[in-house]
Amino acid sequence: MSNITEQESGFIGKLRNRLKGVDLRQNAIFLALLTLIAYFAITTPNHASLTPDNWSNLVVQNGYILVLAIGMVMIIIAGHIDLSVGSVAAFIGAVSGILAVRPLEQNGWDWLPASPWFVAIIGAIIVGALVGMWQGFWVAYMGIPAFIVTLAGMLLFRGLALMTLQNSNIGPFPDAFRAIGNGFVDKENTLGKDFGIESHNLVALIITAVGILALLWSSLSTRRGRIKYNQSVEPRTWFFVKNTLLAVMIGYVGNKLSQSSGIPWTLVLLIVLIVIYTIIMKQTTFGRHIYAIGGNLHAAVLSGINVRRVNFWLFVNMGMLSALSGILITARMNSAVPKAGDGFELDAISSVFIGGASVQGGVGTVTGSIVGGMIQGVLGNGMNLNSVGIDFQMTIKGLVLLFAVAFDVWSKRRTK
Amino acid sequence: MTENILEMRNITKTFPGVNALTDVTLKVKRGEIHAICGENGAGKSTLMKVLSGVYPHGTYDGDIVFENQVLNLKNIRDSEHLGIVIIHQELALSPHLSIAENIFLNNEIKSRGLIDWNKTGLEAQKLLAKVGLSEDPNTPVNKIGVGKQQLVEIAKALSKRVKLLILDEPTAALNDADSAHLLDLLRQFKSQGMTCIIISHKLNEIAAIADQTTIIRDGFVIETLDMRADKVDQERIIKGMVGREMNNRYPVRDPKIGEEVFRVENWVVHHPDDHERVVVDHANLNVKAGEIVGLAGIMGAGRTELARSVFGHSWGAKISGTVFVNGKEVKVKTVRQAIDAGIAYSTEDRKRFGLNLIDDIKRNISLASLEDFTKYGLVNANEEFKIASQYRDSMNIKAPSANSIVGKLSGGNQQKVVLSQWINVDPEILILDEPTRGIDVGAKYEIYTIIQELAAKGKAVLVISSELPELLGICDRIYAIAEGSITGEVARKDFSPELLMQYMTTAKEASNV
Repeated sequence: MSNITEQESGFIGKLRNRLKGVDLRQNAIFLALLTLIAYFAITTPNHASLTPDNWSNLVVQNGYILVLAIGMVMIIIAGHIDLSVGSVAAFIGAVSGILAVRPLEQNGWDWLPASPWFVAIIGAIIVGALVGMWQGFWVAYMGIPAFIVTLAGMLLFRGLALMTLQNSNIGPFPDAFRAIGNGFVDKENTLGKDFGIESHNLVALIITAVGILALLWSSLSTRRGRIKYNQSVEPRTWFFVKNTLLAVMIGYVGNKLSQSSGIPWTLVLLIVLIVIYTIIMKQTTFGRHIYAIGGNLHAAVLSGINVRRVNFWLFVNMGMLSALSGILITARMNSAVPKAGDGFELDAISSVFIGGASVQGGVGTVTGSIVGGMIQGVLGNGMNLNSVGIDFQMTIKGLVLLFAVAFDVWSKRRTK
Repeated sequence: MTENILEMRNITKTFPGVNALTDVTLKVKRGEIHAICGENGAGKSTLMKVLSGVYPHGTYDGDIVFENQVLNLKNIRDSEHLGIVIIHQELALSPHLSIAENIFLNNEIKSRGLIDWNKTGLEAQKLLAKVGLSEDPNTPVNKIGVGKQQLVEIAKALSKRVKLLILDEPTAALNDADSAHLLDLLRQFKSQGMTCIIISHKLNEIAAIADQTTIIRDGFVIETLDMRADKVDQERIIKGMVGREMNNRYPVRDPKIGEEVFRVENWVVHHPDDHERVVVDHANLNVKAGEIVGLAGIMGAGRTELARSVFGHSWGAKISGTVFVNGKEVKVKTVRQAIDAGIAYSTEDRKRFGLNLIDDIKRNISLASLEDFTKYGLVNANEEFKIASQYRDSMNIKAPSANSIVGKLSGGNQQKVVLSQWINVDPEILILDEPTRGIDVGAKYEIYTIIQELAAKGKAVLVISSELPELLGICDRIYAIAEGSITGEVARKDFSPELLMQYMTTAKEASNV
């Protein structure tokens, strides 16, 4: 960094200089998450929120919302909304139940043999894609507002879920199917035992280390690229502080998980999805077209973007992620139930807005939405451990959503 | 004997980092039309916002004296109460409400707490008569044209017992007939004793209507010209605005015209809402390599409709005709096809149709040519930045970096971003729709230079503009369009405003084509 900028004296001044060029708003929700974790670490009885098992629970209990949040942020950036995801998750859970278990007592399905777990999962995701095509068709090609289409879908797919399940539950599921919602990578720690390590799950530690290295490598290479092209970068101090902090956090959580049953498969799935979708949104034409459509629809049309096609595939994508969410919740509960996924759409939408997306569209990130979802998850988990009643929990969650967005609006206005 | 109805004394208004107004003194005589001129960003709008109470008393230094009273305005309602009414460039009408509802919005005529609709209608009718409108007051505002909407705004102002009427760019969106009507109306108000302040970029109108003209540059008052005493013409005003003699408003060039690049034959377009209505009627035109061709027409003549229908059928319905690029017939059914065929179109309304204002310069420039930055399916943001930075330098886009948000740039710089976007597509033919609308004199000159450089590189350029002098200044050939038909074609050696005006106003004969 050059010394062109005026240097201020004193500690505060130096700190301010070091932090010049840091986007505080983007980092604010991340800091809010850390604060929440710290708060519950102190207040929960016996620091229950920091136990290995609780970290493990936190991941698997919120996985299905976070999966939805990824699809939802894309929909919201494009200027739409999807109210049907909870119902679709329930419907797909039912479909996966039919495919994987096919209970004989279900009338009309006796011709269908139970299929292997992976066929059930793939089949369920295909049905999710079909659901997305249905909604995408109405939004993209018929020009019906997504709010209406998915409000209808909310009823429609809840109805189909009830019909498919014939008002009962399907379960239990085969172990391999359950693993995706409830299982862990190398739960028995066979690798660790080979090396004589009993206390920690070795595979979990290895995955954590690889994850930290990958993160550092990617942020360093991004920074190098920007410097090579003479673009402004975050101040060096902040860059190191931020990445060290992230690495320590990941290391900490990874270490905790290794003391429990290891890395949940849900977490593996989530990380893969986060990486893939971050790349899609930041670095592919499809992602860039989504931002362009949300930012200015007319300009996007006149720039040659096939808006209908983008909208259509957005909903197909959302359908598939809803399906995945449905599979996760079904696997976790070991039962396909008609009430599954109730209210998921609201949790997913809140995550996206807490994560900094704009109601007008054009603004939002996958990672922001994940952090937004985590804030809600940590909040709920911490309040449960503190035995806070459901009445109080709802009130708090509502206020958090309101204040998070109000802060966002306020800070945007300030920078204008 | 005329006293000053308004004196703004030593007004200074600062925003963090900028002095928007410095020691500005403005005196407006009762019963006169006072024009305020200045380039974009000179401080005209800020001054009017101070006057109308948008910036309340205490947020600026200096005094406002209105009818010999020092004002202490807290908000717009205060100023309206005194009879100071401002009509903004962007009309503040609610589109689905009726004319009468709009006129009395937030000023409703009530009896016993409920709105008296009969009286509202009656009063509205009286006000409409004053501005020369014969529309039914119950007509929704979006069913009448922009010109009439402007008159509804004025009627709304009259309902507030206006003493000082401020009009910000009142004719910017109006065609010539509507503009003329509006100016007549202002003269009529003046004869009835009303005082007007008018802000306008159209210097010919100012020369025609204003009694006094105050010129503002960079937040300072440069001078106040008495339009009757001195021999003041447009050149004189421009000199004050830009601070130098603008001997030549258009850069000179030596055209090198080559083979025909672009041809449109028998182009017919119908209105998307009314498939019976012909908007473009068997239009034929061509543009050669290195040639700048103008398309002149009054607003509503079908200029933009012609351009946008050629550009990927992005406007209109039941479109027929053929488009040739370099002698080959091309398909233009979608915008993508049109771009791939080598056609680029930059819109007349950059904020609504041209730019993603919340995104940065580099991503706006790359949007139409994103494939060029993509390798193995991934967009290279660093390359985008590099290319955008090159445009920033070559086009003289005034912004801290190519990562700056487009919404924060001035109109002229936004226009340069739009042009960069389309130049980067590397088209054969560029259709530029009102490339200099709403930007100041200095930036206009830069845009003209860019257009000429494009032609010098062998591109075919078609320029659409409402400003005839502009087309006469930069084009090699001009087509005139009226009521959807090409009514004339004039080569540079035969250029004359009168001839073109005559073509542009040619009424269509009863056609049964």
